[in-house]
Amino acid sequence: MSTAPIVGAAPRPGAFRRFLSAFRSSGVAMTGLVLLVAIVLAALLAPWIAPQDPYDLTQLDILDGRLPPGSVSATGMTYWLGTDDQGRDMLSAILYGLRISLFVGVTSALAAATVGAILGLVAAYAGGRLESALMRLVDLQLSFPTILIALMILAFLGKGIANVVLALVIVEWAAYARTARASALIESRKEYIEAATAMGASSGRILFRHLLPNCLTPLLVIGTVQVARAIALEATLSFLGLGVPVTEPSLGMLIANGYQYMLSGKFWISFYPGVALLLTVMAINMVGDHLRDVLNPRRGE
Amino acid sequence: MSAWLLRRLLQAFFVVMAMTLIVFIGISVIGDPVETLISQDADQGERLRTIAAFGLDRPLWAQYLAFLNGAIHGDLGNSFVYNEPALRIIFQRMPATLELALAATILSILIGIPLGLYAGVRPRSPVTKFIMTGSILGFSLPGFWVGLLLIMVFAVQLGWLPSGGRGQTRELFGVDWSFLTIDGLRHLVLPALNLALFKISLVLRLVRAETAEILPQDYIRTARAKGLSERAIMFRHLLRNIMIPVITIIGLEFGSVVAFSVVTETIFAWPGMGKLIIDSIHVLDRPMIVAYLMIIVLLFVVINLLVDCLYTVLDPRVRVS
Repeated sequence: MSTAPIVGAAPRPGAFRRFLSAFRSSGVAMTGLVLLVAIVLAALLAPWIAPQDPYDLTQLDILDGRLPPGSVSATGMTYWLGTDDQGRDMLSAILYGLRISLFVGVTSALAAATVGAILGLVAAYAGGRLESALMRLVDLQLSFPTILIALMILAFLGKGIANVVLALVIVEWAAYARTARASALIESRKEYIEAATAMGASSGRILFRHLLPNCLTPLLVIGTVQVARAIALEATLSFLGLGVPVTEPSLGMLIANGYQYMLSGKFWISFYPGVALLLTVMAINMVGDHLRDVLNPRRGE
Repeated sequence: MSAWLLRRLLQAFFVVMAMTLIVFIGISVIGDPVETLISQDADQGERLRTIAAFGLDRPLWAQYLAFLNGAIHGDLGNSFVYNEPALRIIFQRMPATLELALAATILSILIGIPLGLYAGVRPRSPVTKFIMTGSILGFSLPGFWVGLLLIMVFAVQLGWLPSGGRGQTRELFGVDWSFLTIDGLRHLVLPALNLALFKISLVLRLVRAETAEILPQDYIRTARAKGLSERAIMFRHLLRNIMIPVITIIGLEFGSVVAFSVVTETIFAWPGMGKLIIDSIHVLDRPMIVAYLMIIVLLFVVINLLVDCLYTVLDPRVRVS
């Protein structure tokens, strides 16, 4: 996500710098940020830093299947995190899996934020029947657990990355819509909106040039948390066999693949992808938690 | 009050109707059911007869009306897999799920409230720091992975508890329950703990926040000035005021516990309706999917309705607006 909207939303010049120094004040958040950057880099650079291409079958040796962490292959390669049942290096599989997990999480969060923000802004601006209908829908959807809605959609559509993203967008848009509407309602009472209206600005201009930039901060805050939730939900769905296809295994799928070997004590096939998942979700939450504190307008200056 | 209730009931009815429509349209999107129903070497006549027998040749709206008519009479079709009414199979599996969800809810209360109280009363204690960090972990840890870890540690490494299944059950009111036998209880511990993990963190944080809000208030100070013991203040003044929001949250979350049991049941091979729906989705058992979704929607609408009613009873301010 670009930092430009924060500058745009800032009330005074120099606010971005103040934001930076306030953000740096928390050791937990900085640890989270460093961890998150490392994870994202590892995922992006997977094809270059992974010891092997886990989906190039010519590189796999089935005789190396289910080796414990630290084993060395016949060709002299060390499997730091062990291998799965097909002799795939788990470290490489995790790096590639991370790519898919992050892609699904970020794409769905961005799409849901776009849809939710537009509907929330329109609801706040239009008011009346449209607003109450939209917000009823939001209330209704938020009263059902996310996993149930996602389960239902994937039961209808079948698995696949695009379907998972779609399911996550349908699950998540409501939270963004509620936030966007709430902050748009507050903003639209302010004088600059009145001034823009008095100057004869069109509805579209007021919505997207004036209201939207000023509602971005709360959206950014829930956005970080929602990315973490999306990644966790995708992993859960893939674990249940309803998410990504076998050919594009995310972290959840890797955990599911190792599940059957757990009972015979070969824990590493499920364990390490889970650690990667946990670190990702936690890093995002650590950053998001502090972001909420720093960007909260009620926070004393 | 009655006008409010009527409006609320009407709203619940519309939600259920809307969901029947969504589920029906959604299920019609799933691949051709004729493929799964008819064997490969069936001739054209047999094909058409089967299509007609299942009413699949009629227009979609007529199929929907037939489906609604069946639903009102408690008939959601026969499962393709079990060849029995889908509703009956769901009702057979429901006690196992409810047992698991109830056990998880009780665990979250028994663990969450004392820890939350402690954290609220002693905010600066190092134990509180530890508890709060643990609760962040409870929110962040992917539930299904924790389930695997529990199996790995307690079933595989230590061998203390079984890794799956319901164990020995005993009949009560015509239904089999695990919690009535020692073996069944041993099977219940790990899945219930797994399912409770998130709720423990939730209850804990809620209780802590409420405690921190109530403790500085005047009536607590008055109670102290009166010379009441800390024990009496805790139980008679603090706990009583905390219970209303806690009960509300626990009630509201019960539905989500039932929904998330889908994951826990799959990990621990717990034979409830959650495992049933996952299996049914994998083999595209359409009547089963529809029946499960309808039951769970009904469950949610009822829970939300009950919580709303409870709210108005407990908090008269809601009634006015």
